[in-house]
Amino acid sequence: MEVTQILLNAQAVDAAVRKHAEESLKQFEEQNLPVFLLSLSNELANHEKPVDSRKLAGLILKNALDSKEQLRKTELVQRWLSLDVSVKSQVKSCLLQTLSSPVPDARSTASQVIAKIAGIELPQKQWPELITSLLSNIHQLQPHVKQATLETLGYICEEVSPQVVDQDQVNKILTAVVQGMNASEGSADVRLAATRALYNALGFSQTNFSNDMERDYIMRVVCEATLSPDVKIRQAAFECLVAISSTYYDKLASYMQDIFNITSKAVREDEEPVGLQAIEFWSSICDEEIDILDEYGGDFTADSDVPCYYFIKQALPALVPMLLETLLKQEEDQDQDEGAWNLAMAGGTCLGLVARTVGDDIVPLVMPFIQENITKPEWRQREAATYAFGSILEGPSPDKLIPVVNVALNFMLTALMKDPNNHVKDTTAWTLGRIFEFLHGSTLETSVITNENCQQILTVLLQSMKDVPNVAEKACGALYFLAQGYEDSPGSPLSPYFQDIIQSLLNVTHRDDAGESRLRTAAYETLNEVVRTSTDETAPVVTQLLPVIMLELHQTLETQKLSSDDREKQNELQGLLCGCLQVIIQKLGASETTKYAFMQYADQIMELFLRVFACRNATVHEEAMLAIGAVAYAVGGNFLKYMQGFYPYLEMGLQNFQEYQVCAITVGVVGDLCRALEEKILPYCDGIMTQLLKNLSSSQLHRSVKPPIFSCLGDIALAIGENFEKYLIYSMPMLQSAAELSSHAVATDNEMLDYANQLRNGILEAYSGILQGFKNCPKAQLLVPYVPHILQFLDKLYNEKDMDDAVMKTAVGVLGDLADTLGTHASTLMNQSVASIEFLEECLSSDDPSIKESAEWAKMAISRAVSV
Amino acid sequence: MPPPEVRRSIKRSAVSDQQRRRELALLRQTQQRSDSQNRARRLASSVFTLSSSSSSDLILPDKDILTRAADSEEHEAHLDESVAPARELNVVQASKLKGREARQWFARQLMLPEWMIDIPPKLDRDWYVFARPAGNRCFVVSSNGTTISRLRNGSVLHHFPSSLPNGSRTRDSSGPASSYCVLDCIFHEPDQTYYVIDMVCWRDYSLYDCTAEFRFFWLNSKLAESGACNSPSTYHRYRFSVVPIYDCNQAGLHAAYSTSMPYTKDGVLFFNKHAHYQTGNTPLALVWKDNYCSQYFLDTDSQGLVPTQQQVVLEMQEDGKLTTSDDPPVVFGSLEVDFIQKSEFRAGNLLRFAIKDESVRVVDGKLELGDLQFISKSNRARAFADSYSKVFFQYAARHSPLKIEDIAASILPNLPDDSPIVDVEMGS
Repeated sequence: MEVTQILLNAQAVDAAVRKHAEESLKQFEEQNLPVFLLSLSNELANHEKPVDSRKLAGLILKNALDSKEQLRKTELVQRWLSLDVSVKSQVKSCLLQTLSSPVPDARSTASQVIAKIAGIELPQKQWPELITSLLSNIHQLQPHVKQATLETLGYICEEVSPQVVDQDQVNKILTAVVQGMNASEGSADVRLAATRALYNALGFSQTNFSNDMERDYIMRVVCEATLSPDVKIRQAAFECLVAISSTYYDKLASYMQDIFNITSKAVREDEEPVGLQAIEFWSSICDEEIDILDEYGGDFTADSDVPCYYFIKQALPALVPMLLETLLKQEEDQDQDEGAWNLAMAGGTCLGLVARTVGDDIVPLVMPFIQENITKPEWRQREAATYAFGSILEGPSPDKLIPVVNVALNFMLTALMKDPNNHVKDTTAWTLGRIFEFLHGSTLETSVITNENCQQILTVLLQSMKDVPNVAEKACGALYFLAQGYEDSPGSPLSPYFQDIIQSLLNVTHRDDAGESRLRTAAYETLNEVVRTSTDETAPVVTQLLPVIMLELHQTLETQKLSSDDREKQNELQGLLCGCLQVIIQKLGASETTKYAFMQYADQIMELFLRVFACRNATVHEEAMLAIGAVAYAVGGNFLKYMQGFYPYLEMGLQNFQEYQVCAITVGVVGDLCRALEEKILPYCDGIMTQLLKNLSSSQLHRSVKPPIFSCLGDIALAIGENFEKYLIYSMPMLQSAAELSSHAVATDNEMLDYANQLRNGILEAYSGILQGFKNCPKAQLLVPYVPHILQFLDKLYNEKDMDDAVMKTAVGVLGDLADTLGTHASTLMNQSVASIEFLEECLSSDDPSIKESAEWAKMAISRAVSV
Repeated sequence: MPPPEVRRSIKRSAVSDQQRRRELALLRQTQQRSDSQNRARRLASSVFTLSSSSSSDLILPDKDILTRAADSEEHEAHLDESVAPARELNVVQASKLKGREARQWFARQLMLPEWMIDIPPKLDRDWYVFARPAGNRCFVVSSNGTTISRLRNGSVLHHFPSSLPNGSRTRDSSGPASSYCVLDCIFHEPDQTYYVIDMVCWRDYSLYDCTAEFRFFWLNSKLAESGACNSPSTYHRYRFSVVPIYDCNQAGLHAAYSTSMPYTKDGVLFFNKHAHYQTGNTPLALVWKDNYCSQYFLDTDSQGLVPTQQQVVLEMQEDGKLTTSDDPPVVFGSLEVDFIQKSEFRAGNLLRFAIKDESVRVVDGKLELGDLQFISKSNRARAFADSYSKVFFQYAARHSPLKIEDIAASILPNLPDDSPIVDVEMGS
């Protein structure tokens, strides 16, 4: 069968035909890759073929070059690079040829495939003529070819990193793109393609944005494009402005007045998608200024890479009224629709960011709007006024807000009970939650909540939890923050009502409509917070709650033969119940008196969790795993009796690369088990260690799980002591190579540096655990050969000067551990390392008490070692 | 239309409770990892030696030691060795011991300086010197919200609240409730002050295996911080104070010997800078006195008078041999079997003898006592026989005492090309 027919069959309605075609394609790819790729590119380039087969041919080509999975992606890149040159150039020539096809879908698909190949080849310095050939005669091209070419340039910019492209080529790309955006361009399609291409090319334009003339030109063209008659061009142009606001914040000063006018017009008059982008521009400026001011940390002499231009503060008198206007443009059902996003929501969100940026200054600008609208008969006005109030509660100082809130609180409580409109009640409950979140709690000097009004607040919230789902959900949220504010405060005014609160929340979880507006989830979240923040006085109630939740979990396990839809709901509920149990167990396990009460239920609870595991749903798995960590912590060595039943699931968890969160949590639970069981974990260590070492060497496992695995090696070593001997030959080389990797890591950005530090911390915790585990046994001498490397690692860390406080504390601790366990064998080597002594001195004079404490201990251990 | 990826509606909560549970679990795990790590670090280390890693070097589980400590007398002879590597673990447990067991345990915990009978080499380079306050040596342990001082023989001197770590039942924000400390002190009656001459454990960290140099550094940086040097108050009955410690050069020796101190002096102590805190007699700490710096130059008898003949207290062994408290013991004579039978003395009894000057001889630098005249059984409060160095020092004191000038002469004046030695005047 020829390829066209197979490609069409692969899109057939008949599943059997489709499946057969897919298999044929797969076979084809496996048996003869070069011919497979050539056939597909010929298909895509052939004007005589049906659009559907051409499109799919392009799509399969694309998938043969890239994958979301990192490992697969690397394989595909290697596969392409190792293909015969003539095959590759034939494929490329077909693709470039397709750019001039009259069929839009064929052009567009070809653009994407070209960009994928560019993404592979440009970093290898291959295909150097690509950009030049695309741009060679751009002025003479027909509009549809020009459009496809610009689109291709845009995709290329998205695909490759700026370092790969010479400034000379960047200049050419930008020139072509900006000319394509110009109002003088006759074709709207070309203008749109150019505008979208600019969005991707902005990251390449550092040099051009530093040149005043070039920047002025680009900005002028972008601003003009926001006034295009074509709504898609206007939207794309605003998207460019948003991207510019975060990438080139420090270059915007001279354009801000114009941009304000443009955005303000768009917000008031343009279609919603355009208006939303215009608001997003200001939200994005707020993000930038919040970050910069955060780095200033209130100290204006402190260095930030970028100075704050206070654009928001300057625009405030005009910006705030514009945003307040948007609040009146609510949609009828927005509160029921979780994914809703409209002008009112974007405006309120932006107002909240503005409040965080400027603080107190926003209050006098918003108060008149609130006062004018809050009592109006029209619900939109009351809701907008409440929303405005709720939005500005984070940012301004408590001193500024508390007097206002004290006046408003009663009004809000009444509105929540009596307002006839659900939107108003929804926003009112949310605003109360914000009040409790930011103006109540032990960190504040004065709280807006007193023992007197607390009871009234509670009555209203519990009543409101019986309201329609979206209002009840917000009431739960408010209760969440009310409880949080009383964390660790004995004599909490909530204590007398504790039983009622728990009962009301349980009632909410049982509502028939609790599935709407994520009400059930909110109720459990609030229940969890209420338990977490409870005090000793209410411990008996928490203890009574345990069997109640256990019974509910038991019931979910008894129901059988569910439809797949019901099963999903059941799984979700099991997740919530396991989460709740985890919180209760952790609470009861934390104090000696309540721990005993928990112990009585331990057997039953473990049986339930094992049954939940047997259901094999990944999310439930994770929650039950977290809960089991809490059980191990509470029961300690007694956990041994559950190990046999639990071990298979532990192993499954460690093998779950797909849901890496599950894997990470299971690794944490291994640590809990080590501390609970100590040397009794030994019989399980072979299995656990095998899996952990496998995980460490796998490139499929999400990298965030690796640092905790290293720490976990330390937990195991500390638990089993010299029995760790047999794992040394496997784990030490892994630690060494990871150490090398992490100390050489060129931390180009903060995220990389954070990861490098997490890795370092994990490695150092492993070394600490191993060293301390071998202390006081003759086998400690087995560690002596590893000392030079550990010291080198510490030296490198010290010299790199980019470790964070956590790493510093762990690192100086390892220095002490070396001396503590190995004595003179370590100290002799330490004397040769200048850095370790300087490092110790630096830590001894640290301002961080935990670093200092570790350093003092290390100093003592070293002093003992050198004087032996 | 959904919101853009980067923008979250202000009405939607930022963090899911599940994420919060994950983070809290992680926080708990991190905390517990750090706790276990700290517990492990506080266990005493017996640094292994590749050459002699025998099992006797190893730490014993602390329960065993406790049982031994509380065990019958015959075991106690071995107590010193077996306890040594793990003693810091047991100070707290031992403080729960009562009566005789407690006394016997604590009587073995002090480092006892030998008497200076000749001058060690490199005195100026390797030693510290300080004026010993007059008073009772004692071992001060603060733990469980109380402080107990015990005399050399192990008996309790005071039971009191103090500002030492966990030394009183006030809320001590600076450390865990299980924290403790152990100090080597001299209680000076006239100003009711504990002068701390050494620090053995501080906030659970054992300093036994640290050099004197480090211990004194730690003592000076930590004691004042705790508030223990403050004037007495409800929760701090006795003041603690450090003594000025000098490098043993000409100036240091002069300061310790002749400068007036806030306390009455009873001789001068020399500590080797590199020595660990070693329980029992040690030649790495030395005591020296003369009539100028001590009222107790020559030993007195039970009436407080200097007897005409030198007296010694020796321990009777199983075979009737009379020995000093040194390890190994030095034999100064023996008792006749019929004398023992008549007297009903048992092995381990401490007996007081007078020495006839004319029978004493020094052979190859060793002291031989010759005739011993039995006087009486020793005072019951005594825990130990005299040490060899004490007997020798007392003998020399009566005949040709080691003078301050001799000590000073052994210290070279600073040579001009030496780097200037700055006095480490700790605690002044």
